[in-house]
Amino acid sequence: MLPVLHAIQDTCGYVPKTAIGVIAKRLQVTKAEVHGVISFYHHFRTQPPGQQVIQVCRAEACQAVGGRALEDHAQQALNLGYHQTSLTGEFTLEPVYCLGNCACGPSIRIGGRIHGRVTPERFNALIDALQTRPVEVQ
Amino acid sequence: MIKVYVPCDTTALSLGADEVAQLLMAEAERLGKTIELIRNGSRGLFWLEPLVEVDAGTGRFAYGPVTPEAVPELVEAGLFDARQTHDLALGDIEQHPYLKQQQRLTFSRIGLTNPLSIEDYRQHGGWQGLEKALQLEAQGIVDEVKNSGLRGRGGAAFPTGIKWQTVLDAPADQKYIVCNADEGDSGTFADRLVMECDPYLLIEGMIIAGLAVGATQGYVYLRSEYPVAHRIFQQALAHAYSTGYLGDNLRGSGRSFDLEVRLGAGAYICGEETSLLESLEGKRGQVRPKPPLPAIEGLFGKPTVVNNVLSLAAVPFILQHGAKAYADCGMGRSRGTLALQLAGNVKQGGLVERAFGLTLRELIEDFGGGTVSGRPLKAVQAGGPLGTYLPASQWETPIDYEAFAELGAVVGHGGVVLFDDSVDLGEQARFAMEFCTIESCGKCTPCRIGSVRGVEVIDRIRAGTQPEQNLELLAELCDTMVDGSLCAMGGMTPFPVQSVMKHFPEDLQPRTSEKSGETTHA
Ligand SMILES: Cc1cc2nc3c(=O)[nH]c(=O)nc-3n(C[C@H](O)[C@H](O)[C@H](O)COP(=O)(O)O)c2cc1C
Ligand code: SF4
Ligand code: FES
Repeated sequence: MLPVLHAIQDTCGYVPKTAIGVIAKRLQVTKAEVHGVISFYHHFRTQPPGQQVIQVCRAEACQAVGGRALEDHAQQALNLGYHQTSLTGEFTLEPVYCLGNCACGPSIRIGGRIHGRVTPERFNALIDALQTRPVEVQ
Repeated sequence: MIKVYVPCDTTALSLGADEVAQLLMAEAERLGKTIELIRNGSRGLFWLEPLVEVDAGTGRFAYGPVTPEAVPELVEAGLFDARQTHDLALGDIEQHPYLKQQQRLTFSRIGLTNPLSIEDYRQHGGWQGLEKALQLEAQGIVDEVKNSGLRGRGGAAFPTGIKWQTVLDAPADQKYIVCNADEGDSGTFADRLVMECDPYLLIEGMIIAGLAVGATQGYVYLRSEYPVAHRIFQQALAHAYSTGYLGDNLRGSGRSFDLEVRLGAGAYICGEETSLLESLEGKRGQVRPKPPLPAIEGLFGKPTVVNNVLSLAAVPFILQHGAKAYADCGMGRSRGTLALQLAGNVKQGGLVERAFGLTLRELIEDFGGGTVSGRPLKAVQAGGPLGTYLPASQWETPIDYEAFAELGAVVGHGGVVLFDDSVDLGEQARFAMEFCTIESCGKCTPCRIGSVRGVEVIDRIRAGTQPEQNLELLAELCDTMVDGSLCAMGGMTPFPVQSVMKHFPEDLQPRTSEKSGETTHA
């Protein structure tokens, strides 16, 4: 079921309620089971996210180099708490527990890109860049 | 032709390696130089990333850290001629003490090669373990692994050969090899480095495991937090199929092995092997009681080898060079090398592959060079979020499973996170409990409810509400979690907390008095 949920979220940005019935039917499980799986995993969302999903690492190695201050900064700068989306639909802020970039933290992820040594200033610059031009395609 | 190497692993990319590569191409064009740009893996010297190497015909010369901003002046200073006058010039990186003092058995190729080139892989000793395995009986392969003394690198340190023997001996129409690439521990990135910088190594290790136990299907369970590893490994799989290293009748041997990647979905507990199997089966990742062992009843009820990336990645060396070559390294019952990962507040963070027996102090001082902040080091957390915080008095401990166990500490997956004296370990203890509230699978009460209570009790202590009684309560709560949890999530979450209570009690006090403590400190 996870590959199906990933495929849906990769295309829609979330797993819409309407998809649950379809998945259940296809995989021959109950709707409750599908719901149970979605709710178990932090990665899956049932609400549409903002255009940019910004994940800030909350784990220990990032904490050791100012991760907590960056968390506070990100929440203030975006005026969002975790799992919230801005009213304009621009950003969604999420916590993440390690991006494997632990020797060069604090780390954040924006879409498919991971950024290291993110100071509050660098955070602002990254957000500014998102607001002034479309996402870079790699 | 001038060869220019710019690494493509997550850390190099997170510090601008793509931009550096683009700028170097543009500069070369502007100067009318023809260069071959190679996206190699990282050498694991992360504080020097992006680490650019140039071979103008006289060998590889390194520069680092090369930020996008530094590119023009480096080019000006003769980068394309490999001239070594600039401050960022590092010479032959293989002569760097950080690398020279390592024993890279598993990570012998990272940074050297283009991770996706099968030809590079072959030229640097790849596939030779597989060649050897194809000449052996299944039992012969299992014996090699047993004799190497290899123990699981995912955390529990269970002897890999014995696990394989159990699966080999279990009669079944279908068996599976499952690679645990969930790498959830903060401070660890060695699995990621294998998958991004030497992906065929893992593929080779998994094929050998399949031959050893009679499994023809493998799965890699990869965490969704690793998009770069996912992309590179998928590409490597496609190449391995198209060149006949995977699939039916691999390399004309008459043997088959199929391999797929499955993405996790952001659940730390899915690194626990039975939870991982549930997840692979498409369910909630709830921990299964053991027995039955996965080796007997694993994926879809079939005998299954579940091994960490590093355990599987150690196998090609063992087959190629023999069990003894591996077992000759190490100390006591910890044989071979361990991939240590220096992270957090560290000056020289990165991958250190060394035989067991190096002391923690040698690792953090000789390799790590102390803190990046320049402030005194206060504590190191070894073994991930369920590992203890070790005070200075424990840094002489050799890195060895048994020596750590004697302290109540864990080597785990080899992550070592440094904290300077600005850390508030009371806050870290609280985080350990909080992490458990977020990541508990919910199956048992001591873990699910205990961790919530743990956060509350620590908050009360720090707020100055009956701190003595609450410290006692915290100690009891920790004991209950250790004794009453089904798996190590609830069972080990108390470890970091207890280590703070024992070694840093001044940090677990009402916060006002802690302040005054700090002034005397400075
Ligand atoms: C909460 C928890 C998380 C774990 N996370 C991982 C992990 O991310 N990667 C891993 O290889 N093993 C992890 N393990 C250990 C696995 O359960 C298992 O021991 C390991 O995959 C076996 O492989 P090995 O023998 O090669 O180490 C975890 C265990 C627990 C209790
Ligand atoms: S200890 Fe925690 S994570 Fe492990 S089985 Fe119990 S509730 Fe689940
Ligand atoms: S702890 Fe933040 S990237 Fe690993």
